Amino acid sequence: MSEPTIYELSSPGRRGVRYPASDVPLSPLPEDCLRKDLPLPELSELDVIRHFTNLSKLNYSIDSGYYPLGSCTMKYNPKINEETARLPGFAFTHPLQPVETVQGNLALMFELQEWLKEISGFASVSLQPAAGAHGEFTGVMIIRAYHLSRNDTKRTKMLIPDSAHGTNPATSAMSGFEVVGIPSDARGNVDLEALKKVCDDQVAGLMLTNPNTLGLFEENILEVIQMVHNVGGLVYGDGANLNALLGIARPGDLGIDVMHFNLHKTFSTPHGGGGPGSGPVGVAKHLADFLPGPIVDIIEEGDDDTPPLYGLVTPPKTIGRVKSFYGHFGMMVRAYTYIAMHGPDGIRQIAENAVLNANYLLSLLRGKYHLAYDRICMHEFVLEGRWDDAPEVHALDISKRLMDYNFHPPTNYFPLIVHEALMIEPTETENKQTLDAFAEAMLKIAEEAHSNPQVLKDAPHNTPVGRLDEVKAAKELVLCCWIPEKDA
Amino acid sequence: MFVPHTDTEREQMLRSIGVGSVEKLFDAVPSKYRFPKLDLPQALTEMEAMQQLTDLSLANESARDLACFLGAGAYNHYIPAAVDSIIRRGEFLTAYTPYQPEVSQGTLQAIFEYQSLITNLTGMDVSNASHYDGATATAEAAVMAYHNFRGRRQKFVLSPTVNPQYRETLRTYLQGYEGIEVVGDEKDADPFLRPEDLFSLIDQNTALVVVQYPDFFGRIFDYTALAQKVHEAGALFAVAVNPMALGLFKTPGEFGADIVVGEGQPLGIPMSFGGPYLGIFATRSEFVRKISGRLVGETVDGNGRRGYVLTLTAREQHIRRERATSNICTNQGLIALASTVYMSLLGKNGLREVAELCYHKAHYAAEKIGAIPGYSLCANAPFFHEFLVCCPIPVEEINLHLLDHGILGGYDLGKDYPSLKNHMLIAVTEMNTKEDIDMLCEVLEEVSHE
Repeated sequence: MSEPTIYELSSPGRRGVRYPASDVPLSPLPEDCLRKDLPLPELSELDVIRHFTNLSKLNYSIDSGYYPLGSCTMKYNPKINEETARLPGFAFTHPLQPVETVQGNLALMFELQEWLKEISGFASVSLQPAAGAHGEFTGVMIIRAYHLSRNDTKRTKMLIPDSAHGTNPATSAMSGFEVVGIPSDARGNVDLEALKKVCDDQVAGLMLTNPNTLGLFEENILEVIQMVHNVGGLVYGDGANLNALLGIARPGDLGIDVMHFNLHKTFSTPHGGGGPGSGPVGVAKHLADFLPGPIVDIIEEGDDDTPPLYGLVTPPKTIGRVKSFYGHFGMMVRAYTYIAMHGPDGIRQIAENAVLNANYLLSLLRGKYHLAYDRICMHEFVLEGRWDDAPEVHALDISKRLMDYNFHPPTNYFPLIVHEALMIEPTETENKQTLDAFAEAMLKIAEEAHSNPQVLKDAPHNTPVGRLDEVKAAKELVLCCWIPEKDA
Repeated sequence: MFVPHTDTEREQMLRSIGVGSVEKLFDAVPSKYRFPKLDLPQALTEMEAMQQLTDLSLANESARDLACFLGAGAYNHYIPAAVDSIIRRGEFLTAYTPYQPEVSQGTLQAIFEYQSLITNLTGMDVSNASHYDGATATAEAAVMAYHNFRGRRQKFVLSPTVNPQYRETLRTYLQGYEGIEVVGDEKDADPFLRPEDLFSLIDQNTALVVVQYPDFFGRIFDYTALAQKVHEAGALFAVAVNPMALGLFKTPGEFGADIVVGEGQPLGIPMSFGGPYLGIFATRSEFVRKISGRLVGETVDGNGRRGYVLTLTAREQHIRRERATSNICTNQGLIALASTVYMSLLGKNGLREVAELCYHKAHYAAEKIGAIPGYSLCANAPFFHEFLVCCPIPVEEINLHLLDHGILGGYDLGKDYPSLKNHMLIAVTEMNTKEDIDMLCEVLEEVSHE
């Protein structure tokens, strides 16, 4: 029995919350301007709590189980983050208050900017972008503005390796660039010969994910960056996989010009079932003036007795604002809390153990699953979910069968350059027992794929619903429910 | 800090991998740059971190300490306890985007209900699963209009009474599109213009006309005639709303809006110094395939059980890559859930009640302030819960005095509108008591004598 919708649970006249009567005299309402009907449901508080509690039970989540989603960094989200973000002094501040009344917020943002700079090796950071893709858009617009500011108008091409996230080409296109694909070589690196061929004075930049989406560190990273710089292009770093590099290497040191961070991956802010994320952007010195503003800076130095006065400043050649206010402040509080609890050694341990976990898991699965690029991996690796002697089984079937073993599936069908890809990222917060149990389930499924493929094709068997009819959903398009006719 | 391994376990794992040390796993990293020393403060325990963050939060003065009359895009409303209790559940908080529907029905049905509530609230046919905030939703409306006309219509008309931050964001988004012209909100544009003043800007090259409802100054206009004019020119009409106002006032759907965008923050989201908030985006059925962002649709499984999936995904970046019209990926899932719980709790009567309380308190405040010598109201139309006051001295000075009395004053409009020096935008919500308002008026009167 499925959970009814809030509209199906509605009963006319029922109330969930009451408000005090007006303590001021009533003013006449402008009758011509009023709506006739407000078709919202009517429920009690318990109706609402029980409904959403029941819905929550239909979800898989990090708190309830292991989530090996490649490229998503589903690490544990510390509970302290939720407490600090809700401190009244943070949660009840209005974004347009005089800066003198929000020095705590601004100090936190300033320090977070400084910490992100230190971790990444960039000269300047804007916390404004709302998510990874939004940070990417910001970064690509900065590249565009940089070339235009030098009257260099011929740079129309954005180079994108074939292993890139879909957001990279989409971002480039919406920023007005022509996308030029770069193939990967036999070791999973950017193909240097192919790169050389397309490097010319029309190249605006290269969008590089490192480690790439195969989970491999780009072995020729310095040469790749040099080649792009030699023709006057800039290198965008997709920070999606930064978890593997914390305290290991700083993208800014490697020569990357601009990069976004995902506070919701690397710095433990919760994914929330699809947001809110937070996608700050870091840039090298020559791009600092183009950042979206306002960003936080010290506007009056302090001394031994008085703290500095923080204020909001807009960089002189800014690409402009990319959203309202200063970014997802609530997410910044969480990321700040997380970094403060790690310190320099703890930050490096995150990456070390994420990479240790990935290689350990890979060692347990190697031989039973095809591996397109067999190298020491970084924080994730990509298997092929197919066998020549089990032709009817696909990566999707393996994914669905994992649900029966109480695991969330890996990312599947990405990256596109691996057939039937299963992309697995364990993260540093999972213990050895969980990784062993997951490997055991994967090996069991590999065996089932050969002995009883139908059990995979029919999976999942133990979930609240089975495989859903996506064709029907797209064809009939029911995107909204209403108050049932009888009550309307 | 949150790594569980013991030394013994780490040894076992390294043996299984076949390397002697963790450091060996990083041989591919150029040695010159490997293992940089990071200059970060030493790690805090949870107890110490809680203290440090509490101290930082106490360095602020918040709407808990001050009577807040500041709005201009973010509003101080009461949030029932049940909202936070639901969004703190780990099953919602720590779930990923619902790409695997069999284990994500909770998130998917909640988004479906969010879409339903927004559709009904705005009077439109379809809502997406949310954008980042009101500003980015407005920018996405422009991008959708651009693609709707395949780039052949290049003029975007913005009313100067649309939130300045939304207009700036829209301009940033459109930088990469060639030949685009954004008009109507030039620095010298009359901020008091009425909808019909935009008629002359609309022509056959116009892709989109954007207005706000209530407008940035809190005013309520009937946009029916403007919508007609826009449609006669074959263009699209977008309305940026405050959803709280829709608890009381006519929907943009009734005016003939093609796209409704808005800032969902008033619907149960804390002000939290500007985010995370919620971008509302709703439109008419005929544009459903042109919406950017996620959509959840109802369907059935193999046994005929009702269920929900992400649908029309062929529009999105992970499928279309460079042919996608938007790169949006993550949206505001948990914040959309908060607003869904909020709207479910308040329901049809509760939302209207809050909107009415805001209306009455704002009108009481406006009438009193308008009667203080030296101050005058500039509203030339009905207004909701925000209004414009022309002040005898600079707003900044007034706000300093108000702060001394524990009052967070209104927004200084001179920052965005050169012709509105000494004009303050005051917002009043159900959170402001009569006492607060009377105190505000007292201090305003005092200030004008100094």
